[in-house]
Amino acid sequence: MIFMQLMSGMGMTCAIFFLTLLFSLPLGMGVALLRMGRNKVLSGIMRVYISILRGTPLMLQIIVVYFAPYYVFRIRISQNYRFIAVIVAFVLNYAAYFAEIYRSGIQSVPRGQFEAAQVLGYSKNQTFMKIIVPQVIKRVLPAITNEVITLVKDTSLSFVIAEAEMFTIAKQIASKEASIMPLMIAGVFYYVFNFIVEVVMNFIEKKYNYYTI
Amino acid sequence: MSTYLEINHIRKAFGANEILKDISLKVEEGQVVSIIGPSGSGKSTLLRCATMLETMDAGDLIYLGQYAARDINGKSVYSSSEELKKIRRDFGLVFQNFNLFPHYSVLKNITEPQMLAGASKHDAEAKARDLLKKLGLSDKENAYPCQLSGGQQQRVSIARALALEPKILFFDEPTSALDPELTAEVLKVIRDLAAMHMTMIIVTHEMQFAKELSDRIIFMEHGYIQAEGTPSELFSTDNARVREFIGKLQG
Repeated sequence: MIFMQLMSGMGMTCAIFFLTLLFSLPLGMGVALLRMGRNKVLSGIMRVYISILRGTPLMLQIIVVYFAPYYVFRIRISQNYRFIAVIVAFVLNYAAYFAEIYRSGIQSVPRGQFEAAQVLGYSKNQTFMKIIVPQVIKRVLPAITNEVITLVKDTSLSFVIAEAEMFTIAKQIASKEASIMPLMIAGVFYYVFNFIVEVVMNFIEKKYNYYTI
Repeated sequence: MSTYLEINHIRKAFGANEILKDISLKVEEGQVVSIIGPSGSGKSTLLRCATMLETMDAGDLIYLGQYAARDINGKSVYSSSEELKKIRRDFGLVFQNFNLFPHYSVLKNITEPQMLAGASKHDAEAKARDLLKKLGLSDKENAYPCQLSGGQQQRVSIARALALEPKILFFDEPTSALDPELTAEVLKVIRDLAAMHMTMIIVTHEMQFAKELSDRIIFMEHGYIQAEGTPSELFSTDNARVREFIGKLQG
């Protein structure tokens, strides 16, 4: 019974998880490139963005994104904005972390790779897409795996605006039945989810094992 | 014979540190020019300026009569990026650390630059296989750089540069990362290229090699060309500093 109820929240947990990755992984690259770019203004803005998003609780960020339309613009918050707010907050937060991971990855590619590509007639774009990005992916995979695993657990923070994902439902059942059992079962769910994440990420890392840097 | 490379009065500083102070150089078709000198003398910086990996502060850089950079009132003004792209196809560069692309097979390392320059996959592969055969690496086309010895990697990087059919080939200390045995196999390749009258500019510490191969040797120190001449001129020079340097390296 509890199991089925929790499963119903799993759909929402998965939705938050996959949508966050879908948008934050590419957005993080954009942020990293602007952060490293020559435009001092944009670079400065990205620095501040990363600093704030990494320096404040994600839970608070969810609350801010959810209530901002009302407090700032006096727009009435509609029912389905709850989900959008969760996704926006997660994407902004994770993009900041991914940006720093990408930046370290790009900076760890030896200068000689850029120089060889330049001398061999690769354009800036071709160098980035064909030479740099594939090597960056290999270098950052372990760090990305860490973040993805954290993301699975962080989805539970959505309870703060009562989005009906698994942890929110587990808490509701727990208080209704005065039992911690639902929370324990939710814990098992998160672990199984992350076990799958680990297996998948290990598989991807192995695919990049055909060469060493 | 035509002038392939002309450098006039190059200056280059990194901050307050002046690395190149007024260097001029001319290389004719088919010549092999070696640049020797102690560490920090500016040899590598000269090569990096010539290959446009660094921008020079002042001076002209001319490939086959085409200005890559022109000195205007004591400042180098570079041509448009379109022009520079064309000029880049005149030369190739072999790095000290090879700088092969580690995620590509040997074959792809050699074919992709050709294909970006407009060659068909078929032609690019044919040329790559031909070069690998000449360099004794036919069995390595599917290997990845990490599976090769340093000498093999350097030969692949030479093949990669040659595949683009450069008019001039630059070598930046091509054997400095190799042990003596591997050095010999790379030097043999460069020797073969010299026999085919490839125009080459080689920064090297291999004195014997420079002496045997070069039409001209340039001795650099403190950002200037201190001595210049044919190998026999330079190896029998009165210049005490040059003699000291050459003597030390010959052991």
